[in-house]
Amino acid sequence: MTLRPFHQASWNEPIIFEMTSPGERGLLVPEVEESLRCAVGDALEGIPGSLLRSRSPALPELSQPQVLRHYLRLSQETLGTDVNIHLGLGTCTMKYSPKVNEELIRSPNVADLHPSQDDETVQGILEILHGFERMLCEISGMSRFTLQPGGGSQGVYVNARMMRAYHQARGEGERDEIVTTIFSHPCDGAAPATAGYKVVTVYAGDKGYPEPDAIKAAVSERTAGLMITNPEDTGLFNPHIEEIVEIVHEAGGLCHYDQANANGILGITRASDAGFDLCQFNLHKTFSSPHCSMGMPCGASGVTDELARFLPAPTVEFDGSRYFLDYDRPESVGKIRSFHGVPATVVRSFAWILSLGAEGLREVAEVAVLNNNYLAKRLSEVRGLEVSFADSNHDHRLEQIRYTLEKLQEETGVGTLDVARRTADFGVASYFPSHEPWLVPEPVTLEPSESYSRADLDEYAEIMAEISREAYEEPETVLGAPYRSTVHQMDASPHDDPERWALTWRAYLRKSGRQSGERPSDSALRPSAGRS
Amino acid sequence: MSEAPPAYPYIPNSAPRIKREMLDAIGVSDVEELYGAIPERLRVPGLLDLPAPLLSEYELRRRVEGTLAQNENCAETLSFLGGGCWQHYVPAVCDEIVNRGEFVSAYYGDTYGDHGKLQALFEYASMMGELVELDAVSLPTYDWGSAAATSICMAARITERPTAIVPASMGAERRSIVEGYCEAWVELVTIPFDQASGLLDLAGLRNALSEEVACVYFEVPGFLGTIETQADEIARLAHEVGALCAVGVDPISLGVLEAPTRYGADLVCGELQSLGVHMHYGGGLAGFVASPDEERFVSEYPTFMIGVGPTAVEGEYAFGEVVWERTSYVQRGDSKEYTGTTQNLWAIAAGAYLALLGPEGLAELGHGILERARYAARRLGEIPGVRSPALSAPFFKEFVVDFGETGRTVAEINNALRERGIFGGLDLSEQYAALGQSALFCVTEVHSQGDIDRLADELTEVLQ
Repeated sequence: MTLRPFHQASWNEPIIFEMTSPGERGLLVPEVEESLRCAVGDALEGIPGSLLRSRSPALPELSQPQVLRHYLRLSQETLGTDVNIHLGLGTCTMKYSPKVNEELIRSPNVADLHPSQDDETVQGILEILHGFERMLCEISGMSRFTLQPGGGSQGVYVNARMMRAYHQARGEGERDEIVTTIFSHPCDGAAPATAGYKVVTVYAGDKGYPEPDAIKAAVSERTAGLMITNPEDTGLFNPHIEEIVEIVHEAGGLCHYDQANANGILGITRASDAGFDLCQFNLHKTFSSPHCSMGMPCGASGVTDELARFLPAPTVEFDGSRYFLDYDRPESVGKIRSFHGVPATVVRSFAWILSLGAEGLREVAEVAVLNNNYLAKRLSEVRGLEVSFADSNHDHRLEQIRYTLEKLQEETGVGTLDVARRTADFGVASYFPSHEPWLVPEPVTLEPSESYSRADLDEYAEIMAEISREAYEEPETVLGAPYRSTVHQMDASPHDDPERWALTWRAYLRKSGRQSGERPSDSALRPSAGRS
Repeated sequence: MSEAPPAYPYIPNSAPRIKREMLDAIGVSDVEELYGAIPERLRVPGLLDLPAPLLSEYELRRRVEGTLAQNENCAETLSFLGGGCWQHYVPAVCDEIVNRGEFVSAYYGDTYGDHGKLQALFEYASMMGELVELDAVSLPTYDWGSAAATSICMAARITERPTAIVPASMGAERRSIVEGYCEAWVELVTIPFDQASGLLDLAGLRNALSEEVACVYFEVPGFLGTIETQADEIARLAHEVGALCAVGVDPISLGVLEAPTRYGADLVCGELQSLGVHMHYGGGLAGFVASPDEERFVSEYPTFMIGVGPTAVEGEYAFGEVVWERTSYVQRGDSKEYTGTTQNLWAIAAGAYLALLGPEGLAELGHGILERARYAARRLGEIPGVRSPALSAPFFKEFVVDFGETGRTVAEINNALRERGIFGGLDLSEQYAALGQSALFCVTEVHSQGDIDRLADELTEVLQ
């Protein structure tokens, strides 16, 4: 295969403030009727001067075509799933988000609903929220779900809060520890920590997953619960999961199954089968809702019957003839996110499941796993790249794999961050190495969901093979990358330096000593001599 | 009976021939072999019980559109609902930008592949920075509630103090979010508001202030629409005891209302939905937090933050994560606050919105909203038995209307209005029982004089 001669769009687009042209307008606002204005008189009357804007905000001034062109150029400088083989973002389940679902949510019947409308006026959206909850219950084996969390981490967080409410209701509020594992998502530690829990982290055994004995050693009468991913980032399914859940239950704790990416096990195994009490799905991962530049997410959190009374209010109920929001939930943990979460994303995922049915859903899982193992097979030909824990564990991986470039790094000096940068020159977004900490050295985490064709997988493997060849034959090529991306190698040093980091344009101007409108030349943010 | 199609359009390798060849390449006879690690007793026997699939795109669209058609929406029905989610005009260009496939389907891409997305996010933060006159601005939080909660928790860590003061007028939902989030870290002290004016009870504030207080949080405009005219005094009192002052804002007001930093705010937070984002049944919400660009502030943000920096080529900008180590992705179980995927697409919309309006557009818009809202409050106040505005403090786009003397409940009135094709104001009678049968009406630039007159006329008839 010949690799494509790619160059990403590179418009050298100014920061929008540099484009300002005083006096231009991008949008005119509705005029106030003269008779209304006369009737009102001074609209500012009663507002103290100290609360009236004294200095006009220094926003850019542009006409409409210039604003549109600027943002569309920026969109062209963005490698979304729609335009690249996006399997490099392991743990993120980058899959195709059907366009028909985007059209569905742009309807005023979704986009222009106010969340406090009377239930009678939102029967359509409530029917979908209710129906989708039933679907997730079937997929997970849980009894109830809340669709309120505005993201996967918030879904984990609400489950930590429900664990707390459960223990407090039983008079066991002194349980103040959560057990998680090092290859679970970082939010499985961070979300319960935010809820006030002390977090105990269990490390993986030789086989790449936590062993029951390690969990046994971590639990105690302080344990409120376990928060675990399975498969974890390694793609290895922990066959002892039932026993692990049992150990935590025996200690009096609850078990939360982080199913942010459940893509390899849809219709294959369910949270309830292993005895979990709570779980969460990320609709923007497994259930095809687009990732929206890290926006519009929904973390759907499920619980067993026993825990349902703690769900955030409101829940969506059906009385046989109409759907309604139930706020009368005295034991609820309260509001986690305003209103009803991100319902447009639920509509998308509802439509996605409807388009597939039970067989289609299992096909998603099976092809995701097939794709992953096929890609692994192709990548086994890449010099310097190996599968983590491959020596000690011969199980097939499910939907993703954490690889290691340790050998490549040792033999060529080219590390995983160099390789990731170089992939951008071949038209694929730089891959995700690993969550922190990097226990697998020089990590590479790939997750080829069901959306990629065999040709896509082959192309990705060829790109990795080419970069490996370069690392062995001309390492400086990889080390200096990228060359054909939107921008060249970044000097990241300002981003950790309070004197030089710039979170806004106004801060940049102040720290660089530049005037607005001046293009950067030898700015103060340049690395000084000797700093690479 | 199998309902499977010859191949699934979203799943390229579902085509049987390709699947067979791939299995051969791996060296397994059946995909089932790949699941060998999952114990048999954990396997789902047979198929899940899910609705039969609608395999063609046409059938799917028809079914879902049909269900959604049961909704009545605010594009077609005259609505005066607000209370944390508001109907403003969304410019076509904002929709065009946030519907771009590249932005819709991007995620966690880095400096190179997602340069454009990061620039758009940096520009959003920069324009918000101009609005609030602060140099550090977060990427979005989940909503105003989570932004307020984070601001309060940040203040507690910065000052190393245990309590925070919040106003009773912040609305029940936002209050619940903040209370739950802060529970493990900060004790909240609630200050009542004056029932006549809606303003914070300053005597109550003075009594509650001590050197235990990390921050005083209040809102301009508040949940009840009022502009806190004592803002500079509140900030002064907070600073007097060494507390920080955190102010929540609706940024669309900042063309006419002062940047909170000018009256003493140390932290500013609020809601982005008003800036070019559809309501989406509440899904359009996204919060933000802003502060001075000082290490003691920046190091306490839980959110992602984007910085601009140089590349190997002179004159080129690149964008990267600022102090990545502070985030929960690194801190894991040692975190004080988690983060994750929030609402970045709406940050891109908000940036485009601010660029379209510019300083003059934002000022005109804000002024027009003030005029319309005052007109509406006055018109409703002319109806016998209706007290409007029920609170005496000046307000921005929302105001409280007291129906107590009409002898009718807000629920009854709203039902009658709905029959006449109008969504009336948000019923406050449960969350603010002390205000009696009151409702919160929201008026923005989408409301013409004719719309407001229609509301007043219909309401007059309803109440006769």
